[in-house]
Amino acid sequence: MHSQTITLQGHIIDSLILAKVLDTIVMLGGTFTLSEVTVGTQREDTSHATIRIEAPTTELLQDILTAIQPHGAVAEAEQDCTVVPAPADGILPEDFYATSHLATQIRWQGNWIDVRQPEMDLAIVVKTTPLSAHMIPMGSVKQGDLVVTGRQGIRVFPLERPKERDVFGFMEAQVSSERPHRHIIADVAKRMKAIQQCRQESNGTPKVLFAGGPAIIHAGGREALAWIIESGYIHVLFCGNALAAHDMEASLYGTSLGYSLGIGRSVPHGHEHHLRTINRVRELGSIQQAVQSGIVKEGIMAACVRQGVRMVLAGTIRDDGPLPEVITDSIKAQEAMRSAIPGVELALLVASTLHAVATGNLLPASVPTVCVDINPAVPTKLSDRGSFQAVGLVMDSSSFLRELARELGWKG
Amino acid sequence: MSRLLMCPPDYFGIEYEINPWMRVSNQSDGDRARTQWQALTRVLEDEAGAKLEFMEPVPGLPDLVFTANASVLHEGKAVPSRFRHPERQREERHFIDWFTKKGYEVIKLDAELYFEGAGDVLGFPEFWFGGYRQRTDIRAYDKLSTIFSKIILPVELVDQRFYHLDTCLCPLSGGELLYFPPAFDSYAQTVIAAHVEQSKRFAVPSPEAERFACNAVCVDRHVVLPTGCPETMAWLNQHGYIPHPVDLDEFLKAGGSAKCLTLALD
Repeated sequence: MHSQTITLQGHIIDSLILAKVLDTIVMLGGTFTLSEVTVGTQREDTSHATIRIEAPTTELLQDILTAIQPHGAVAEAEQDCTVVPAPADGILPEDFYATSHLATQIRWQGNWIDVRQPEMDLAIVVKTTPLSAHMIPMGSVKQGDLVVTGRQGIRVFPLERPKERDVFGFMEAQVSSERPHRHIIADVAKRMKAIQQCRQESNGTPKVLFAGGPAIIHAGGREALAWIIESGYIHVLFCGNALAAHDMEASLYGTSLGYSLGIGRSVPHGHEHHLRTINRVRELGSIQQAVQSGIVKEGIMAACVRQGVRMVLAGTIRDDGPLPEVITDSIKAQEAMRSAIPGVELALLVASTLHAVATGNLLPASVPTVCVDINPAVPTKLSDRGSFQAVGLVMDSSSFLRELARELGWKG
Repeated sequence: MSRLLMCPPDYFGIEYEINPWMRVSNQSDGDRARTQWQALTRVLEDEAGAKLEFMEPVPGLPDLVFTANASVLHEGKAVPSRFRHPERQREERHFIDWFTKKGYEVIKLDAELYFEGAGDVLGFPEFWFGGYRQRTDIRAYDKLSTIFSKIILPVELVDQRFYHLDTCLCPLSGGELLYFPPAFDSYAQTVIAAHVEQSKRFAVPSPEAERFACNAVCVDRHVVLPTGCPETMAWLNQHGYIPHPVDLDEFLKAGGSAKCLTLALD
């Protein structure tokens, strides 16, 4: 699509000039977005409209511009973006452009080019041979990288409403424990089925991302989540040391942090179970080895290994062990998580404040996202930190996972 | 009392062709033109009760006689025209000199914004219409709205014969309107209809529009218009106006008539 932004100014509403310009655009085969309309407050005040026109070819776009120019349409002057070389490794130039997680383009030598993989709070670096622009975290910038500065020659596209008329179509991050859950969970299941079907038909490799915390194990969501993963509905897992450790502890000892999952109370020396589990896996060298050797027979980790789910385990200060796969350098963990994002078309953030916010920060706004937590502060925090696309569900993670699994065909 | 600016036709003639009416081969008769212009001044002063002011004609500027195109004037401010055709651009400084001498605050528009004065801006106390596409750049109206604190509704002119708004639309003092709808695009026709109720609008028949019936001067209840417009005159009579036909055929050869020959100074 080729596009151009134009402005109209004057008594454009009563005179039908705005209507005429919009009619002309459509009549000639273009489409438009009214990005801004300011209507005068007094009768004599003039109004202002900013209109973004799109057309399938440059020729048609030119025809449209020629046709509407006599009615007062003024093409917004477009200028290339400005770049300044990074002064040193890990240091951005003054006035660097800070990104949003919305689709973004920069103008380079007269052409608009897409900036790859939108993510909030990064900078944009331009490579000239071959020409490309991508978003980069501050710490990864190298001295001399051409970093986009200022605001000129940058355009950010508002989030388009998804075509599907489901819960994500409303794109509202309103969080309420009063909200009925059932239809939201049904919509999530429908999306997961559609993604699985795409993969089965080799129609691209869209992915479902799951980020979760250990409460899933304590609360009783383990069985349902393991079934969902085993059935091939999840393709990327973000978690910490605890979820993996308690999941494998359950497989080895039937406990989660020493509490028997069967009888619901602590067992003698149960608090040692997770340490012994971690130690065992460390001894075996990896979670994968623990599963493949038959030591860990079932559960979330076993399902992930068997299904080839890409797992990124990020560490925290209070971790025991940790498990061999846990990345303890948080910047390296962030990089690993970032590299798993491309292709994600649905994100489920369940029962983890840290992983939910961290994952939310990495996701483009275009990825439908559900944040499930018993504590309303978590989805609220996520949306306050900019992930406005996330749908918040205030509910117990186990109830969510069991209901989701049933929607997907689980008989448990 | 209405004050009107006029310019004697001493140097009037068809010296170039910048509208479909002008043919250098169809030259105007200087004596007849002068007689017709004088008849117009007499009717305006004696019959309609207007007070006339005159500017000096300038050799080589045949269209200076059409003072309507000099400027838009309102409450002591004058925005002088930026003529589209170079042939008439030479008139600009003479008009500016006159307004400056008379104490108007002269406000100039950007050079690239073509705008042909009261020829394209007409209306009522509450709002004005602004003709565009033929001679005036629509973007001028945004500036004029701000300068004069007026609502200006741009209306598109689609017939080259009616190249200025005052050739196809004439607001009257009681809120009525003479106009020739085919001179406007459908959006403009809708806008005019939305702003002036049907009983107050007279759609001038084609033969009379071509005689420039709409290029009339309204002073209170007097309407001075070209001869050969019986239906328009009948409608004016029925609506309480006193029509005064004046033969202005020599000026029609240049694409102008009564209204083009005057500029309201109030």
